[in-house]
Amino acid sequence: MADPMRIRAQAAGDKTTVRVLMSHEMETGQRKDASGKFVPAWFIQEVSAQLNGKTVMTAQWGPAVSKNPFLQFVVKGAKAGDKIGVTWVDNRGDKRTDEATVA
Amino acid sequence: MNHRRKVLSDSARVAAALVAAGWLPQRAFAQQAGAWNKAAFEAKSFGELMKAVGAGVPAESRDVTLTAPDIAENGAVVPIAVASTAAGVRTLLILVDKNPNTLAASFDVSDAVESNFSTRVKMGQSSDVFAVAITGDGRALFAKKEVKVTLGGCGG
Repeated sequence: MADPMRIRAQAAGDKTTVRVLMSHEMETGQRKDASGKFVPAWFIQEVSAQLNGKTVMTAQWGPAVSKNPFLQFVVKGAKAGDKIGVTWVDNRGDKRTDEATVA
Repeated sequence: MNHRRKVLSDSARVAAALVAAGWLPQRAFAQQAGAWNKAAFEAKSFGELMKAVGAGVPAESRDVTLTAPDIAENGAVVPIAVASTAAGVRTLLILVDKNPNTLAASFDVSDAVESNFSTRVKMGQSSDVFAVAITGDGRALFAKKEVKVTLGGCGG
């Protein structure tokens, strides 16, 4: 299981800025190791965000997203105390969900 | 294989000029892994990609904003922000023209989020970066910016 994500959700009026830092290798499959073999691709394919359990955003990523990916998006209509959840699924089928409270 | 490789690299160059809308023969992308659009992420040119996501011929638009550095010191982490003010935007894409696969990330916009996303991508070399907004009726609007990379993000 991968390390937890760091999520920060800050409300300003009607809009809440959510910043997420995920912990993932994001191997492209283009890199070779010391013995000259390709390192197999390993990257996050799907990301989704939930506001109080309801999905508000989905994203699909390719291997070109940087290692330990950063994501920022803006949710409308969230209030302080609401729960923001973020889930990712990688190409090996691993997944992780973390939650933060809107501040 | 060598010939094909050349065809692919040529096509990337042509796509940069945006005249290649779909001239490459569509490769057979049989299976789709869940919701992840395999065809789109394996597309090697702008035209091929637009076909894979089901969008029309893209048009440059001021309603799409792309924020990226002029010069990226480290190609492994290039901060990119895409935003759109156009009505009815369904999907926002981040494209790096000269990467092995053009599409870097795709964001689905719902009513509950703003069409404004930031992330970081890898760039193998200096290249044009595109932000493409696809509306519900299949129009594709884009913004373009050239990013120079001092140190490539591919390789060890």
